Amino acid sequence: MEERIAQPAAVAAPPTFLRANAEAIAFVVMAVGLAVAPFFTYPLFLMQAMCFALFACAFNLLIGYVGLLSFGHALYFGWASYLAAHAAKVWGLTPELAILTGTATAAILGLVAGSLAIRRQGIYFAMITLALAQMMFFFALQAEFTGGEDGIQAVPRGYLFGLIDLRNDVAIYALVLFVFLGGFLLIYRIIHSPFGEVLKAIRENEPRAISLGYKTDRYKLIAFILSAALAGLAGSTKAIVMQLASLTDVNWPMSGEVVLMTLVGGLGTIFGPVVGAFVILAMQFKLSVVGEWVLVIQGVIFVTCVLLFRRGIVGEITARFKS
Amino acid sequence: MKKTLGLAALTAFLLSGAAHAQQVTVKVGVLSDMSSLYSDIGGAGSVAAAKLAIADFTKANPNVKVELVSGDHQNKPDVGSQIANQWYDVDKVDAIIDVPNSGVALAVSQISATKNKAFVVSGAAASDLSGAKCNANTIHWTYDTWMLANGTGKAIVKTGGDSWFFLTSDYAFGHALERDTMAAVEKNGGKVVGKVRHPLNTNDFSSFLLQAQSSKAKIVGLANAGGDTINAIKAGAEFGLVKGGQKFAGLLVFASDVNALGLATAQGLTLTGTWYWDMNDANRAWTKRWQAERNAAGKFPTMVQAGVYSGLTHYLKSVAALKSGADGKAVVAEMKKTPTDDVLFGKGTVRADGRKVHPAYLLEVKAPGESKHPGDFYHVRATIPADEAFRPVAEGNCPLAKS
Amino acid sequence: MFEIFGIPSGALFGQLLIGLINGSFYALLSLGLAVIFGMLNIINFSHGAQYMLGAFVAYLILQYSGIGYWPALIIAPLVVGLLGVIIERVFLQWLYKLDHLYGLLLTFGLALIIEGIVRNKFGSAGLPYTMPESLRGGQNLGFMFLPNYRAWVIVASLAICISTWFVIERTRLGAYLRAATENPTLVRAFGINVPVMITLTYGFGVALAAFAGVMAAPIYNVSPQMGSELIIVVFAVVVIGGMGSILGAIVTGFGLGVVEGLTKVFFPEASNTVIFVIMAIVLLVRPAGLFGRRA
Repeated sequence: MEERIAQPAAVAAPPTFLRANAEAIAFVVMAVGLAVAPFFTYPLFLMQAMCFALFACAFNLLIGYVGLLSFGHALYFGWASYLAAHAAKVWGLTPELAILTGTATAAILGLVAGSLAIRRQGIYFAMITLALAQMMFFFALQAEFTGGEDGIQAVPRGYLFGLIDLRNDVAIYALVLFVFLGGFLLIYRIIHSPFGEVLKAIRENEPRAISLGYKTDRYKLIAFILSAALAGLAGSTKAIVMQLASLTDVNWPMSGEVVLMTLVGGLGTIFGPVVGAFVILAMQFKLSVVGEWVLVIQGVIFVTCVLLFRRGIVGEITARFKS
Repeated sequence: MKKTLGLAALTAFLLSGAAHAQQVTVKVGVLSDMSSLYSDIGGAGSVAAAKLAIADFTKANPNVKVELVSGDHQNKPDVGSQIANQWYDVDKVDAIIDVPNSGVALAVSQISATKNKAFVVSGAAASDLSGAKCNANTIHWTYDTWMLANGTGKAIVKTGGDSWFFLTSDYAFGHALERDTMAAVEKNGGKVVGKVRHPLNTNDFSSFLLQAQSSKAKIVGLANAGGDTINAIKAGAEFGLVKGGQKFAGLLVFASDVNALGLATAQGLTLTGTWYWDMNDANRAWTKRWQAERNAAGKFPTMVQAGVYSGLTHYLKSVAALKSGADGKAVVAEMKKTPTDDVLFGKGTVRADGRKVHPAYLLEVKAPGESKHPGDFYHVRATIPADEAFRPVAEGNCPLAKS
Repeated sequence: MFEIFGIPSGALFGQLLIGLINGSFYALLSLGLAVIFGMLNIINFSHGAQYMLGAFVAYLILQYSGIGYWPALIIAPLVVGLLGVIIERVFLQWLYKLDHLYGLLLTFGLALIIEGIVRNKFGSAGLPYTMPESLRGGQNLGFMFLPNYRAWVIVASLAICISTWFVIERTRLGAYLRAATENPTLVRAFGINVPVMITLTYGFGVALAAFAGVMAAPIYNVSPQMGSELIIVVFAVVVIGGMGSILGAIVTGFGLGVVEGLTKVFFPEASNTVIFVIMAIVLLVRPAGLFGRRA
């Protein structure tokens, strides 16, 4: 039997209190940690990292629980951020509506791209998603409203629900934390729902799932749309936080970066993408000394993870914990 | 004895007090592309130029202490604005300099305005920085798209190149270059006989070149940059475009692009720049020092890197005059008030809209036989005086200049 | 002279020919991908980086040993092919038992490393590579001026493509290869060293990419990023053609080059997206690709 891209969950260990509630405890630790973190670390960095973490979690929903490697997730992240920025700046929508606009855009794009891509499996699926994302990158480049290389700048943070001024550091941080934790819980819920169980069945053995009467294509498409929409939620939120939308977020290296984050943290683990996103971002910003070597270092991490640490940081930790 | 001691202490105290009053500390950050597409025109070379500027300035003004940090924005507006925010908020940086890539520069300009710091742009080309998107904290130093388009368009029409065909990169940047050049060509009595828009990062330009050839235009204007410009010129050499009597006009060409083409392929290409290392003795002497600092004997500084030196020098002068770099707006106002003067760009001024003005030069790439030493790339064909080189204030729609 | 859609027929023939040149690169690269995929079941994401390396090796041996274009056409593929062999031995061979996607991720990482190192060493603007004296100039075909070098690109890549197809589909060695793809255990039982065959196949596929890189050096900008954008288009080509057949990869490569060339005439703004659009249509109509077999 081939080793799958994501390890199926091990048979449950004897239910001690700690083990049974490990995930709930970890979640509380994470939520509290993020709530107090701005006292110790630069808040803007944390907000951006949370956006990328949600992006990675959305990506992980596909690769980790349906076994589909999308190599074009920048498409949803980037286009959502463009639409959110445009909605907030040009249409003058309030931030929550702008974010909603971006998320809806991503969902629609996910529907279109997804229904094409799920016609093929495995490596072809990866190549198709990459090619479609590249196509939409060119559209973004040529479209007038994106501003080309200049991007959409000076996006107003605005007033949440028309009331709360998001220029306030605490307010914007609270919003991002809320979006991140909400998105995270939603993904957790999806994975543990009956729908999620079917997805995992498809990952393990698609023909078998079909023979059991499941319309697997429909399940895969819904999962794809959910993943795209959540990636869009992350991208839209980031556009409001960073007050800009740019070509970087729709270009293919961004698709590669989210794969890297998830791989480092642990494919198919719930907390892995979060850890991975923080690690990779911290590397980018805190180690500006690496300068010219950024690309090489990313490459080395890819290779090392694939060869030696396929379970990623979180995967390795849980494996140690269980054994 | 006791008295003498007391006196000495008093003198020391007074002296230190006086020294303290004069001592000015300022922190500047070179934010550039160290690892990606623009690392050759800015990057480590910009950091080296900044170090030279600081060395020269502190030698003449020992009371000013300058700290230097540098960062890599990787051509990502996100990363750039994250670094800029953090520098301003946490690391107490007073000014940011360079920043190639218009997307990043516009973002940093915004942040500098919000946090009231100073921003001197050398690497980015968008003329909006001193136009519609100008602000009181930003100075656009070295060059911009309007200047490139206008300088090249006008100078070439005047030397007889009066019919143009455009190869335009199909996005906002290419469109802007094309629009501004067309205006300059038509204003000076030339005409545009055709244009074709090609996608960014096109490998094969032969289709487009055939159209350019059959247009019979004297000048093929390249409203693109980097790899696209290089690929177009390479294909042009192959299809005998230059041999057939047509000429390329590069609207955004750096020495590193000419180097990538080789003189044999690039000869005859006309372009505009505001600084060329081999133009006079002062530039050559500085280039030697830059090469030593950069630790790269075979490399030659670009106008962007020279602009970092020049811009930083003027910034430091203004900080010294104000005895503080804390108020970005005040420093930038001071920079606009005092005329500029340095070894590389000579005398110049900074306008109310934040545009630094200086002469520009029409350069033509030499044939391999004419090039005497490494880096000997250009003939200087014409000088465009400072007051004509840049966009008139009135046309820029900068709110600062209106009041 | 007559006109087609407002374009003089002469110009149209010219554009068709130019499309074939572009297609030559697509064909060479997608052929390499197909050969590697057929044997290793890996999509070689570092193909673009290896194409770039081919061009850089050609530049380096010209710069430092004065070795010109013609020897470079052999030396560069050998050097890069050897690097491919090392890559296969050190990295790829550990992945055959895993999900195929790991191969994609690993070679993506390798592509980043290669591109990063080359950029640090040589800068990002690119390096000059002049055309060999013997291929300069061109022929006037009446309807267009065809540079000699472009004619050579078509001829050389067609020759390479056809001989590769011949070796794989019509010779004993090719038969072993195809058999080893179908059933490695059985072929091993016949006393054939399958692992060595796999290693050499990867080396060969990579060498094809390097060969394309050398071919590109005189006409395209030799820069670290020359391969990374191209490879995504080649992926689309591969999806359209399906990787099941060698001939399919070749025909699709040339065909799409022509389509792209024509788009540059009629609707230049879309010439970078046309291949992706075709990919979407093919997926709707024939999900397995034009020449693919449904797995």
